[in-house]
Amino acid sequence: MALKKFVVGCFDDENVLFPAVSKVRKAGYKLHDVYTPFPVHGLDKAMGLRETSLHTAGFIYGLTGTTTAVTFMTWVFTKDWPVNIGGKPHFALPAWIPITFELTVLMAAVGMVLTFCYISQLAPFIKKHHFHARATDDLFVMVIECTDRTNESEVRDFLAKSGAVEVDTQVAEEGWWIGRYDKDQKLYKDEIAVA
Amino acid sequence: MIKQQFEIPAGYRKWTNGLLAVGALALVLGFIFLGMNSDEHAQTRFWAVLLQNSVFFLLIVNASMFFICATTLAMGGWQMAFRRVPEAISTLVPVFSVLALIVFVGIIFGHKTHIYHWLDKEHVEHDSILKGKSVILNPTVFFVWTLITLGVWSAVGWKMRQLSAQTDEAPMDLEGSKSWMRTNTVWASVFIVFFGLTVASTIPWLWLMSIDAHWYSTMYSWYTFASTFVSGMSLVAIFVVYLKNQDYLEFVTEEHLHDLGKFMFAFSVFWTYLWYSQFMLIWYANIPEETVYFKPRMQGPYQWVFFLNLIVNFVLPFLLLMRRGSKRNYTSMTFVGVIIILGHWIDFYQMVMPGSVGEHYSLGWFEFGILALYAGLIMYLVGRMLASKPLVARFHPFLKESVIHHT
Repeated sequence: MALKKFVVGCFDDENVLFPAVSKVRKAGYKLHDVYTPFPVHGLDKAMGLRETSLHTAGFIYGLTGTTTAVTFMTWVFTKDWPVNIGGKPHFALPAWIPITFELTVLMAAVGMVLTFCYISQLAPFIKKHHFHARATDDLFVMVIECTDRTNESEVRDFLAKSGAVEVDTQVAEEGWWIGRYDKDQKLYKDEIAVA
Repeated sequence: MIKQQFEIPAGYRKWTNGLLAVGALALVLGFIFLGMNSDEHAQTRFWAVLLQNSVFFLLIVNASMFFICATTLAMGGWQMAFRRVPEAISTLVPVFSVLALIVFVGIIFGHKTHIYHWLDKEHVEHDSILKGKSVILNPTVFFVWTLITLGVWSAVGWKMRQLSAQTDEAPMDLEGSKSWMRTNTVWASVFIVFFGLTVASTIPWLWLMSIDAHWYSTMYSWYTFASTFVSGMSLVAIFVVYLKNQDYLEFVTEEHLHDLGKFMFAFSVFWTYLWYSQFMLIWYANIPEETVYFKPRMQGPYQWVFFLNLIVNFVLPFLLLMRRGSKRNYTSMTFVGVIIILGHWIDFYQMVMPGSVGEHYSLGWFEFGILALYAGLIMYLVGRMLASKPLVARFHPFLKESVIHHT
């Protein structure tokens, strides 16, 4: 929970955004994030993001599901309550495959969704600062964080020169908070002021 | 310098000739020592191995044409960068059809009743199940339907490649490319519908399931299809990687390879799903006339093949291809591709052998020799086809889509 200063540049063209992203990284500015209305192919590479570990987590969740299902059914049908079902062996692995599969998929899917929400800080009633409302509509919004060594006006000039159609500076909460947008933020008012 | 035209390298020729020589030697020795042997087990082994290999390799080269037609119908553009590779592989369909036909003629006119029990007319008279099935399981239906099938596969495949060759000549205007795509769609639909009537239903019944003539499974044809499709995609991937390593196919990136890898991964799982669906119901119901199929495979002499089959065709591709990086890597894709093809070759082995040679089976010089023969034939014919045509369909309307493809 900390207030930080951000320089926000808005782009209306992918072909301008990509060179701008790589120029920002070359210039050494701290790239906070780029908000786009739709997934843009190759942007993760341009931003220099490392590959996500979400799938590794998913594999581990899946393995947990497999193990849970097999050990639980083994315990039930061979130790706790062995029942003769149609003369089948107590350890009836072929019959358990569907349940094992379902539990693997369930744990992998639910686990990955929850992990994703956790890393992205998404949850009901959790709010995060929106740098620009049109990032969900038709603008690519690049946000640069100002550190002690960043010269704000220099960054603004830099963004304007890189082809940003709008540049502004915002002091905003970096993390999340619980609350309501209309009371906590003057989001839309800011935009009217810029326009 | 971009190389448009494939030239067969000396190393490729050497391997092709080596495999062909080994294969031809195995075939000749096999014919002398097994095919002409007075021992019926040896004769049956000879024909059963030829049946397994000719059907398996015919179906996997035909899977290439299925891939082309399916992507055409789906208006897919991503595969255009390497489409000449499955096209070249599919040119083998007529050749392998003739080889398979020779084997069928040998089995049926040679009266190999150990392989196809329904050939024995006297026995069928006293066997109420085979008598009931004799409407379909008889030499006439077998040959008529096989000939129609092989003819249509070859002819429609030829038409699809003809259409593709038109894109080498000159750029098409909008109207021209629209009507060209329509023609493509029509022929691809014809192929897909016929493919459904053959590979996905009747053909595996006649060629393979009739070896265990008393037994039947409604999953069998889909299972065969999954087996051959995943091997076919692996074959395409291996050739694509080979050409990339030789500096051809400049438009193919790791994105295209990634999608081929997804096919190999997904259809390995699909194969397992069908394998399991077939197995589980029979295991659960435990009716003798159905379990008769799994008895020799699971508890009899073929037990090791049965479990090896699952490990090689499910566990290995599943774990090895799961990571994104391994689907984008030349070495791992080639490695898994070879594993999948050999694995499904073993799968076909355990489909054919228990019902024909039974406990007198062997997996030795003749089996691997014929495998080498077919590998050599594929290398020789595909290499020649690749060298005879430009490797990229330059003026195909969807080519750009493939160049900028991104997963």
